[in-house]
Amino acid sequence: MFSMADPTAIAPQRDAAPDGREPPRRKAVRGETTFFALSDVRNERPVTRLALIGATIVFLSLFLLSPFVVVFVEAFSKGFGVFVESLAEPDALAAIKLTLLVAAISVPANLVFGLAAAWSISKFSFAGKSLLITLIDLPFSVSPVVAGLVYVLLFGAQGLLGPWLAAQDVQIVFAVPGIVLATIFVTFPFVARELIPLMQDQGTVEEEAALTLGASGLRTFFTVTLPNVKWALLYGVLLCNARAMGEFGAVSVVSGHIRGLTNTMPLQVEILYNEYNSVAAFALAALLASLALVTLGLKTLLEWRHGDALKRRHGH
Amino acid sequence: MSFAASKPRSWRFAAEGVLPGFAPAFGYTLLYLSLIVLLPLSVLVWRASGLGFVGLYKIATEPRVAAGLWTSFSISFAAAAVDAVFGFLAAWVLTRYRFPGRGLLDAAIDLPFALPTAVAGISLAALYGPNGFFGEPLLQLFGIKVAFTRLGILVALIFVGLPFIVRTVQPVILEFEPELEEAAATLGASRARVFWTVILPPLAPALLTGVALAFARAVGEYGSVIFIAGNIAYVSEIAPLLIVVKLEQYDYAGATGIATIMLAISFAALLAINLIQAWSRKRLGDV
Repeated sequence: MFSMADPTAIAPQRDAAPDGREPPRRKAVRGETTFFALSDVRNERPVTRLALIGATIVFLSLFLLSPFVVVFVEAFSKGFGVFVESLAEPDALAAIKLTLLVAAISVPANLVFGLAAAWSISKFSFAGKSLLITLIDLPFSVSPVVAGLVYVLLFGAQGLLGPWLAAQDVQIVFAVPGIVLATIFVTFPFVARELIPLMQDQGTVEEEAALTLGASGLRTFFTVTLPNVKWALLYGVLLCNARAMGEFGAVSVVSGHIRGLTNTMPLQVEILYNEYNSVAAFALAALLASLALVTLGLKTLLEWRHGDALKRRHGH
Repeated sequence: MSFAASKPRSWRFAAEGVLPGFAPAFGYTLLYLSLIVLLPLSVLVWRASGLGFVGLYKIATEPRVAAGLWTSFSISFAAAAVDAVFGFLAAWVLTRYRFPGRGLLDAAIDLPFALPTAVAGISLAALYGPNGFFGEPLLQLFGIKVAFTRLGILVALIFVGLPFIVRTVQPVILEFEPELEEAAATLGASRARVFWTVILPPLAPALLTGVALAFARAVGEYGSVIFIAGNIAYVSEIAPLLIVVKLEQYDYAGATGIATIMLAISFAALLAINLIQAWSRKRLGDV
């Protein structure tokens, strides 16, 4: 089942050999009357193989790795002192704080939703289930800018609820609530789509056993269901958090770009860069790139150590 | 939970319904989904329906908007095509061959997902700018200008779309039956012929799905493009940027119109992916 989603979540590595070993290959049996060993016919000639590996390394270095490396090169181009000074600027600190605040609200919100959605979808049968799964994935197929726009149309001064909100003296768009809402929208499916297939695979047998033995519903959930999905949950939270802290397009539309008040880290990066304050922009960018590095590292570690617990289709 | 209360429930939901908590979990799911996603999106659709088809057509054919939509779609398509070739190559090499640094490269494939788009945007702009590591030699030696042209948009969208191809194709390569290739080889087919007639056809649905995913992502991409694009009207403005421009001019109808067209294209891509999946299941069994 594919959707227009981040295929990090499709995660082929989990379908692959989780311990990173070579995929199983049939070995030629000794004494078998074959002209050549069977396992060799599946390999290109060594020259071709080297050329293909070389081309891949060159392409990935040029297009994938170099943009990442450049962030750190630019951030430290004026030395470590300037790097630290740029991060200690009040506006930069305010941006870091706001980004942490937004992630601290939106990630738990989507975590609770993910658990509720996965519980109802995977443990019960009801009509319209596949439609519900499609709707949960919907935010991944909406452009971030459109995601921001819908909140402006709903809560903005000229929006549907705008006049009413103004009368109540509540500001959502061009303020922190709008940023939080837009972030929740773009990170909406991350936790749910990790949990749903896994919990569907696990079925209800263990929960039924716990209930039969007299455990309450909540106790069953916390001692049986949750431990069974903890690594997948962590995986989803990891990806959700990375996107929440790094989101730019959606947040840019609803934020209003008020310095020190409604600028998250990515927005502050944009402002600094447009002011030709390249070192300061890249200093904040380096902080975000480090977050990306930590996320990738933990994600790879999870896939490597707990590949089985994350797997959805071939786990049994 | 008393016996009397649980009895009708277990009767109603038969085999599935012995677990508690369906009503609160399902209710919360529906409420949260409606408030965060469905209600805001339906406001967009409602606003667009106010414009009508004539209004939408007028917005889409405004010269600057038409140029932006064309830029977005054509370059997204080109980027998805480039990604198809090199993403397939990377998926093949990373799955089939063992070489030092393979694990690191494999993990790095997800970099475009993990790296915030604004960060990718400014670093690509610095890299390909007139004084950048790649920009300067390209300009001096070949006279090729990348930053602030359509070529820059292409470079950014290639970056953004690559993992979609690799991560969709990789599992299919891994699950490939070795016997097919071996049979073809023992029957005398050359390696090139084996590739075109035995390896590629079953991979085609995954590859097409990856291309559709990369294309859909590229059309909506904003952060990694706007810094390197230079945003010159009629030349290097992308459709999502035009939404922002319209909003800054308080032209809500224009922004709504462009957003609706982009949303329609996203859903068309989603539909195409589902059709590809259905087609491949029918043809090849579950892939």
